[in-house]
Amino acid sequence: MASYSTNEFRGGLKILLDGDPCSITENELVKPGKGQAFNRVKLRNLKTGRVLEKTFKSGESVEAADVMDQDMEFSYSDGEFWYFMDPNTFEQIGAPESAVADVVLLLKPQEQCTVTLWDGVPLAVSLPNFVELQVAQTDPGLKGDTAQGATKPATLETGAIVKVPLFIEEGEMLKIDTRTSEYVSRVKE
Amino acid sequence: MLQGIRAFFAERDVLEVDTPVLSAAAITEPHLQSFYTRYLDQRYFLHTSPEFFMKRLLASGSGDIYQICKVFRDDEQGRHHNPEFSMLEWYRLGFDHHRLMDEMEQLLKQLADISFSKIHWHAVTRLSYQQAFIAAMGIDPLAANAGDLKQAAQQQGIEIPQGMNEDDKNMWLDWLMTQKIAPSFSKTGFTFLFDYPASQAALARVSKNDPRVAHRFEVFFGELELANGFYELTNAAEQRQRFETENMLRSQRGLKAVPIDENLLAALESGLPDCAGVAIGLDRLLMVLLGEIHISEVIGFSVDKV
Repeated sequence: MASYSTNEFRGGLKILLDGDPCSITENELVKPGKGQAFNRVKLRNLKTGRVLEKTFKSGESVEAADVMDQDMEFSYSDGEFWYFMDPNTFEQIGAPESAVADVVLLLKPQEQCTVTLWDGVPLAVSLPNFVELQVAQTDPGLKGDTAQGATKPATLETGAIVKVPLFIEEGEMLKIDTRTSEYVSRVKE
Repeated sequence: MLQGIRAFFAERDVLEVDTPVLSAAAITEPHLQSFYTRYLDQRYFLHTSPEFFMKRLLASGSGDIYQICKVFRDDEQGRHHNPEFSMLEWYRLGFDHHRLMDEMEQLLKQLADISFSKIHWHAVTRLSYQQAFIAAMGIDPLAANAGDLKQAAQQQGIEIPQGMNEDDKNMWLDWLMTQKIAPSFSKTGFTFLFDYPASQAALARVSKNDPRVAHRFEVFFGELELANGFYELTNAAEQRQRFETENMLRSQRGLKAVPIDENLLAALESGLPDCAGVAIGLDRLLMVLLGEIHISEVIGFSVDKV
């Protein structure tokens, strides 16, 4: 198993902590002048998303986590797994609900995603910052109601409900910011 | 700042000296790693401080001396660390560590009054290592063993680092120092901490009255460590023994033993005058004077830009 010494710690390094893959976000050297040095690190647990702090005696080795990000295309879901295809090998892998929970309401087939793999198993899926989705259902905007910033709910083809301006109609394509799940604009045909 | 320092020592008739950066010998302290290079097939080390050469000058009759130079420490980079940094080191004959602390206080006051300084001077807090531990944690660092320190850490909810050698008392002292003791110091003023445990004597002489402590002191601003000073050990045999012990510790920790500085030991044997010396990190001092929190703010080109 590969391992890293504390002097290799830097942002983005993936290590195993209590069996969970974590990504280092910050690393600070704590060192009394003539004494033992320690590394205080902030980590994000890639399984739970939780941020934690931990200190290591400098010189300690920790196990590396075999975590990599891969660009993949979403194919379909059978309700239990969400299947992603490697565009180079056409190989498909199934991601469990936990990996797609954050994005599932904005995920549609043929979308290009980044899949974080840990020992080859999908750990998390992230979408591009913006996706284009069709409005599946929305009530007609009330005539005459032109107040600035007035919005109404619209259900998208993937199931997400977003606030949209009153002039949006069913069947229109919208640009959505996936980081906030908010409406950005109409997509011009 | 440098002008202020040079004026300070000129007034006091302390001679500015310049000693080599490269040395065939290195420091044995297990927590300091020297850079090295090669010359004519022999390994030469870049100094981590000019201490050994300056002591050779003292032994050969230089009188009071100071030096401003670049020093090098491997594997040290962070908010408060850069592997290459500036140091001011000086030695005063006939001083003990308390008199040297008096002089350090005068220097800091003079620098704090420089026009660009953002700190408001107030009196330095001086306390012994023992007093500091008792005040901040209610534990006597001289009497406690590793188990006592661990228990105190657990009771006070202090995180225990992964890889801690739980029976290594010095490692506990170091850890508690960074977590609890230094953070208890005045945030807006200087603290002088003196009389370190004899196990952390480095190159300081051990107290005649209380052999549990050594006459070493450190200077902090807030919890940032700025300087380290000694009422210097002049006994060559004792110094040799400390070097050898440290080299043994290095081997135990999988580090390379380094060549002991025989020239320094010879100088001690020929007679190092009774003196005290101190080294202060000038980059950190400048950080303090300017109120910066990252060392790269006061270094033109920190290591990630060279």
